[in-house]
Amino acid sequence: MYTQGLNQGPDAADRRIEDAALLQRFQERIDAEERIEPNDWMPEAYRRTLVRQISQHAHSEIIGMQPEGNWITRAPSLRRKAALLAKVQDECGHGLYLYAAAETLGVAREEMVEQLLAGKAKYSSIFNYPTLTWADIGAIGWLVDGAAIMNQIPLCRCSYGPYARAMIRVCKEESFHQRQGYEIMLTLCRGNGAQKEMAQDALNRWWWPCLMMFGPPDAASQHTDTSTRWKIKRFTNDELRQKFIDATVPQAHFLGLTVPDPDLRFDEATGHWAHGAIDWEEFRQVVAGNGPCNAQRMERRRRTEEDGAWVRDAARAFAEKEKSRHRAAA
Amino acid sequence: MTSIRLAETPLLTYVLRRADDALVLGHRLSEWCGKAPLMEEEMALANMGLDLIGQARALYTYAGEVEAKGHDEDALAYLRDERAYRNLLLVEQPNGDFALTMVRQLLYAAFADPYWRAMMASRDATLAAIAAKAEKETAYHLRHSAEWVVRLGDGTAESHARIVRALEKLWPFTGELFETDDVEREMIAAGIAVDPAALRDTWRGTVSAVLARATLTMPEDGWMQSGGRGGRHSEHLGHLLAELQSMQRTIPGATW
Ligand SMILES: [Fe+2]
Ligand SMILES: [Fe+2]
Repeated sequence: MYTQGLNQGPDAADRRIEDAALLQRFQERIDAEERIEPNDWMPEAYRRTLVRQISQHAHSEIIGMQPEGNWITRAPSLRRKAALLAKVQDECGHGLYLYAAAETLGVAREEMVEQLLAGKAKYSSIFNYPTLTWADIGAIGWLVDGAAIMNQIPLCRCSYGPYARAMIRVCKEESFHQRQGYEIMLTLCRGNGAQKEMAQDALNRWWWPCLMMFGPPDAASQHTDTSTRWKIKRFTNDELRQKFIDATVPQAHFLGLTVPDPDLRFDEATGHWAHGAIDWEEFRQVVAGNGPCNAQRMERRRRTEEDGAWVRDAARAFAEKEKSRHRAAA
Repeated sequence: MTSIRLAETPLLTYVLRRADDALVLGHRLSEWCGKAPLMEEEMALANMGLDLIGQARALYTYAGEVEAKGHDEDALAYLRDERAYRNLLLVEQPNGDFALTMVRQLLYAAFADPYWRAMMASRDATLAAIAAKAEKETAYHLRHSAEWVVRLGDGTAESHARIVRALEKLWPFTGELFETDDVEREMIAAGIAVDPAALRDTWRGTVSAVLARATLTMPEDGWMQSGGRGGRHSEHLGHLLAELQSMQRTIPGATW
């Protein structure tokens, strides 16, 4: 196996030649659909791209606990309460697998969390919108988990082994969440007037932000080229967005809901649903920190870290004492 | 929706008391979601909350069958007022800091674990089956909370002080664990329930062993608070129920 050590030859010219050879071999392995494992040689930019993407993904899972956690204590039935608590717990588990996957690239979880708390790392823009009614819990499962699946299914074949394997596990749970969310919507849509109204209102508020989850249009996207060559990304933002719309619009119609896009129409020629213009200015503002809940989400996360500091200190102090007790006993 | 009123028989009251304990404590644990001191602890708190909510559902469903008036688990959980709730005062105490939550869990689980184990021999087959599942779950809650009480008690000066404060605060609610009244006595006599007073020594043994490992001393028994079993609660339960029941009360009679 190639290791990072090989990348540190004494002579700069030799190193460049060696790097070029390693890079070529690396690309051949990617092209042959081989998985890259933690101890394999990889270009620094590949490592950086993956750390950024996996840690952002992990942060999204953790921050994403907040909007849904907002309804656990108010879930309208015991079955829904248990299902929602279990779902939010799953999201935390996703965060944990993903941090572990990123750690295989030589970055510690604490470091990644610090970057999040310092406002230097991003998380999915969608979690900066508020959950105002119970129907939002249905809409998030159906649409947000649905969009996450569209993004993540191709990642199960990502060239980096630990990320691909984490995604296989995560995707199974996300599709369960998606079905559960749709079932909440279906129950509301078959319910009384107030429930149907709540369901439509949730779709109205979540539809456009969900389309933005796939990121800027292809023409404006920065990372797509190298990520595609390295098989980290297999579809463009616009391709994934279109897949999501094509899958979701018929589901909305089945629910008897109206998608809040007056320009939405089925294009017989392409076989796809054509959509109206996305307000990219809103997306830019949310990403820049100006969404309705950015400040609240970060404040909550920071407060949780601060409030828990004495517990973590105590656990460390206790572990130290145990260690010295074992040493004394030995 | 207006609250439901139940004609409580001893068996119905008995089952509701255990269901309310489980729901109220499970709800309290669910309030931790997103606020735990470690991500691993998010998972553990949610696990314990899910176990307790699961126990509550099984018990409410059985209570509905015992009452036989068509009330399902949700009617019993969401449409009874504070004064009709029958849970222990201990479980409704607010989460406070992580030390308080873990001490509360320890004090309850050190009782509930042997209680459910003894209940596996209940003459009531449904309760015996619920007990068998609850006992396994509660054994884990006991281990988990005991581990944390030890770690925090023998951790730093701050964590030690916090655990001491939590113990002092919650100790007056432990007397209620062992109380019996006419309802309990009737169930005990029928071989349906076990006598909680008989578990006092086991409970003291468990708690004192954990506290010793945690470098803490057992608090003295002083005045004990009581009233939850009869629906006389602390001020905290009303707020918990207002939140828990809000949807069912806002849009009454709906299917969710
Ligand atoms: Fe997730
Ligand atoms: Fe999910």
